This record gives sequence, C-alpha cells and structure tokens, in this order.
Amino acid sequence: MNLNIKAKVIFLGLFFALSSTYSQTKIGMKVGLISTLSGPGAGLGVDIRDGFELAVKLGDGKLGGLPVEVIVADDQASPDLGRQAAERMVKQDKVDFMTGIVFSNVMLAVGAPTFQSKTFYISANSGPSQYAGEQCNPFFFSASYQNDNIHEAAGQVVTQKGFQNVAVIAPNYPAGKDALNGFKRFYKGSIALEILPGLNQLNFGSEIAQLRASKADAVYIFLPGGMGINFIKQFVSAGLSKDMTLIGPGFSGDEDVIKAVGEPMLGMFNTTQWAHDMDNVANKKFVVAFEKEYGRLPTLYAAQGYDAAQLIGSAVRDSKAKLEDKSVVRSALMAAKFDSVRGYFKFNTNHFPIQNYYLRIVTKDTNGRVTNRLVGGPVLKNHGDVYASNCKMRD
Amino acid sequence: MNSILILEQSLNGLQFGLMLFLMSAGLTLIFGIMDMINLAHGSLYMIGAYLVATFTSACESFWMGLFFGVIGTFLIGSMLELTVLRRFYSRDHLSQVIGTFSIMLICNEVVRLIWGSQPLTLNPPESLSGPVELFSGFYYPAFGLCIIFFGLAVALLLFIAITKTKLGMQVRAGASNREMALAMGVNVQRIFTLLFGIGAALCGIAGGMLGPVLAVQVGMGESILILAFVVVVIGGIGSVRGAFVGALIVGVIDTASRTLIPLLFKTVMAPEVASNAASALASIMIYVLMAAVLFFKPRGLFPTHGY
Repeated sequence: MNLNIKAKVIFLGLFFALSSTYSQTKIGMKVGLISTLSGPGAGLGVDIRDGFELAVKLGDGKLGGLPVEVIVADDQASPDLGRQAAERMVKQDKVDFMTGIVFSNVMLAVGAPTFQSKTFYISANSGPSQYAGEQCNPFFFSASYQNDNIHEAAGQVVTQKGFQNVAVIAPNYPAGKDALNGFKRFYKGSIALEILPGLNQLNFGSEIAQLRASKADAVYIFLPGGMGINFIKQFVSAGLSKDMTLIGPGFSGDEDVIKAVGEPMLGMFNTTQWAHDMDNVANKKFVVAFEKEYGRLPTLYAAQGYDAAQLIGSAVRDSKAKLEDKSVVRSALMAAKFDSVRGYFKFNTNHFPIQNYYLRIVTKDTNGRVTNRLVGGPVLKNHGDVYASNCKMRD
Repeated sequence: MNSILILEQSLNGLQFGLMLFLMSAGLTLIFGIMDMINLAHGSLYMIGAYLVATFTSACESFWMGLFFGVIGTFLIGSMLELTVLRRFYSRDHLSQVIGTFSIMLICNEVVRLIWGSQPLTLNPPESLSGPVELFSGFYYPAFGLCIIFFGLAVALLLFIAITKTKLGMQVRAGASNREMALAMGVNVQRIFTLLFGIGAALCGIAGGMLGPVLAVQVGMGESILILAFVVVVIGGIGSVRGAFVGALIVGVIDTASRTLIPLLFKTVMAPEVASNAASALASIMIYVLMAAVLFFKPRGLFPTHGY
C-alpha cells in the first residue's frame, strides 16, 4: 500500500518533471510553408521551397539545433486557399513558424489567422506595405524586403540612365501597387503609360498595342513568374524590343524567366537585393549547394527561402529552443544573427530589412550561359522603407 | 488612340476569335447532334496543348510536335467517346453536366500527375518567333499571323468537309433533325465517334497554337471553355457557320473591350481605379452581347434545329 503510494508519487513527480521540461525546450519543431506551387507563379514558390529545404538539408534536418519538420501546402495563388492552409497549420499542426508565401494578396489573407494564433510569420518573399506601416505586427518578420524597395532601386537606375518617358506595367494587386509607388518615388521623369493588368494574366496583346502607341523610350515591368515570361516573349516577337529598353525588378529578370525566354533577355537591367555572383562566403556556399542539389542556378526567391530558414535557425539557437516564450524568440529574430547570402542585413523597427540594393544585367557568362551579372556597387545603401515611421510596434 | 493601335487589336481579335472557333466548332456539333453538354471539351484543349508541348520537345520541331499532338488528341477524344461518353447520350442534361464535369476534374489531376503542376514551356518555331513588318512602321508577331492563317485554313477545310462531303451531309442532317437522320439509315454511332475525335483534334490544334502565346498549364481549358459555350449559344447550337461568326464576334469584342474600355476610363479616373472598373466591365461585355443576341434571336444567329 505504502509502496504503491510512493510509486505513484514518484511517477507523478517524474511526469511533471518531464512535462515541465517539455514546455520549456522542445525536442523538435514544425514549420508551415505555404507557397504557390501550381499555375503561372509556380516557379517562384518551388524556388522558395527548394531554398528553404536546402538550408534544412545542409543542417542535417535541423534548424538552430532542433530537428525540423517542414509542412508544405500549395495556395495556388489564391487568398482563400492560402487562408485555409494557414488555419489548418496553426490549429491542427500547431506549427512554430510559418513562411513561404509568394503573392501579397495571399499574404494579407494569411496574416490575420497566423498573428491571432501568436505564430511567427517569416516572409520569404512578400513584403506588403500594409504590414510595414500602421498594421505592422510583432509576429511578422520579412527576411526578403519591403515590396517598394526593389522598385525604388529600379526608379533610381532608370533616372540615372537618363530615361525621361517611361511606361510602367504592374499587376493589379497589393504588391503591384507597392511596385508602382516605389518606382515613382525614385523615378524623376514622366510616365508615358501606366497599365495594371490582372494578376496572372498571360496574353498581353492589348498592353503591347498600347505600349506601341505610347512611344515610350523605356518600359518598366513588374510581372512575376509566368506573366513576365509571356510578356517578354510577346514584347520581343512584336518587335518592340528594337524601340524600347526593357527594365525590371529582379523578379522579371531572374533565372526562371531567363530559362524560359533565353537570348532575347540579353542586356536587360534589373534590380535586386541579392545576386548569385555576390562575393561572400555564405552566398558561395549556398549557390554551389543549390546547383549541386537541384541542377539549376538559384533565383532570388530561392535565396530568400534559404535566408528565411537561416533566420529561423538563428532564432531557435539564440532563444535556446524555448519556442513557447514569444518575447525571447522575438528578440532573437530581431537580432538576426545569421550570415545572410546577401551580405549586410539587419532589421528595422517595423521588422523589415535594412539592406543594400544592387543592379544586375543579363549577359552571357564565361561558359556561354545566359545569366545575370552584378553591376558595380549598391544602388541604394542601408536602405529601409518609408512606412517604418508609421509603425508603432506593440510587443 | 491611333489607327495602328486599332489595326493591331483587330488582328489580335481575329487571332483569338479563330482559335475560339476551333474550340467551339467541335462543341457546337456535339451539342447540336448528340444533344450532349460536354464540359470535358476544355480538357481536350489542355491535353492537346500538353501533347503538342511534349512531342515538340521530343522531336525538337514545333510542326512535328503539332502533328503528333493533334493525332494524339484525336485518339484520346475518340477513346473517351467509345469508353465513357456514349453512355451519357440517353441521359438528361444534368447527368451529362455532372459526368463530364468529373471527367474534367479527373483530366486535370491526371495531367498534374504526369506533367507536374508547373506550367510547361512551349516556344513557337524559331523562324516565327520574331516580328514581321506588314507595312512601313507596323510590326506584328509572325506567329500571330501564322495562327490567323492556320485558323482560316482549318475553317475553310471544315466548311468544305461539311458542305461538300457525304459525311458532312450526314452531320448536317443529324444537326437539324436527329431522329429523321437515324430513320434514314445514318450510322450514328460511327459518326458520333468520328465527330468527337475531330472535335478533339480541333481542340488539339487550338491548344497547340495558343500554347506558345499563353501557357501550357493545368486548368487552362476551363476559362476558354466558358467562352466557347458563349460562342455556341450566340452562333446557334449545332451550326458551324454560327460558331465561326460567333467566335469572331466574341474574339473581337473581347479584345477590343479590354483595350478601349481602360483607355476610356483612364481619361476620367485614376489608373488604379480605372483598371479595376475597366477589367470588370470588359469581362462583362461578351455576356452583355450574349444576352442581347438571345433577346433578339433566342435560338442564336444561325438556328439549325428543325423544331
């Protein structure tokens, strides 16, 4: 009898001891990766996923010392499907971090359920202005950029190159509007034509006819994924490339577009926060490993996915894997102690990056392969975003 | 607004209209003769595009790819009729809609299984990838012109086949009065299978020709299927001539409204608002057209049914 009670006490004690250690340090964690894996934007989502999974693989299945299970879902570029996947991940799977979304309209739909459940979202692409300003959130961190940034750099380049009459095309969705705002903030000439086609529209016959009539001297396109591939093909086949210079953000001139379009891309300028030929140790390791694993050059999406995983890893490591303590994890994320493939990286007060933006040009490399080459130093240095001043971050 | 813009957009409209005709020619015959609503018609367009893309990369020639892809689609279409669809003829429209809708879903998933969910790239032949100078200062994509010529040629062939051959006569007889054609000893079973195969082959041509302009991806058939049904309703169910006229009207109106309405709206509102309002209005235009046609000619522009 006595013995029996004793045994029970010991057992209960053990149980509490075990459960309390469980609540403090986890033995594993889950990351929910929602991305666009089908349709015209699929190339982007696949690269984010591959970049993220590469970082996990290089860490032998661990991030920051914790074994990690990556749960992947396809949002098909639909805000509704993205939101459903997010709710499933935070409620059923009880993931510790979320990441992966490509398109800002999906991001804005996924944000609410994710933040409500106090799950950290680490953006590997989308950086909508909404979350950078008044709606900034203690559970949102962008490991990529703020949407306006890359287009601000492009506006700067276009002005420097002396273009005075530029046509702009961006899809009609939140990031498209951010793109136009960003570009116009730094571009000083006049806008010959402004067109906002639907997101994932693929036939640009009407836009190209309007472009031809506009007599612009350059055209700036923010058309991610399949949109950009189709536009550039149709632009070249309509004979417009002879009269107008094509300029884009990194999204419209990256390896996914180059692979599909090829030689007609030669000479296209594009701006980005990262390039595969960037000279730093972390980046060399990443590019070599990516090419070895997947047999293609990484895009900036892949680099962002990889950095998002690295950022999560650094937060897990620096918070001593106490993932329940949100404020500890938050300060660890904020410190961003990881070797970013883009070199210099730190967080602004609104949890968006302060970093450098560069110019790339599509050329042939020494092996005769059509690819991007970094041109000169940063276009914008230590650059944050204009929305940060409107952000009152509550912890 | 200038004449070059209007000319370019008319050619774009013609190009789109002709491809729409290839889709709706098969659809209208199947609808008219077999009295069968086939929602899986868009899947044949998708399968055609995938086959053309696959054969093109295997043969390293777009024309060979198109040839084999269209034959492949013809075979798949005929097989579909022989195995599944002929069981639906005697059923009511609701069963047909549900049955063919599920075939459409199955096709989407099978394509996803075989080719993956990322779009395939299909490039036009090298010689046609550049622009052509139609007259001084006006360039148009060579492949766009090629689509127009191809569409016109197929339409002409189809017209000759329907008006001048015995098979065409039987098809027309079936379209205007199925029971009477049956009573006169037309081998309807054989004609149905052949007709279905030809409808599928036309879809294959449309898929293969539009693949390089749009994208070869899962679900590409659904949006164009809706337009094809609009064409069938406008043209008159069972009438190939009606489908031709209807497709050109829909193609031109759709393309024109997508250019002109935004231009018009931009003069009075901010680009962002104009883009939202104009794209909504532009996509409504063809349905307004359909409603107008149905109001004045409830059986379409070229009604064929005898009753």
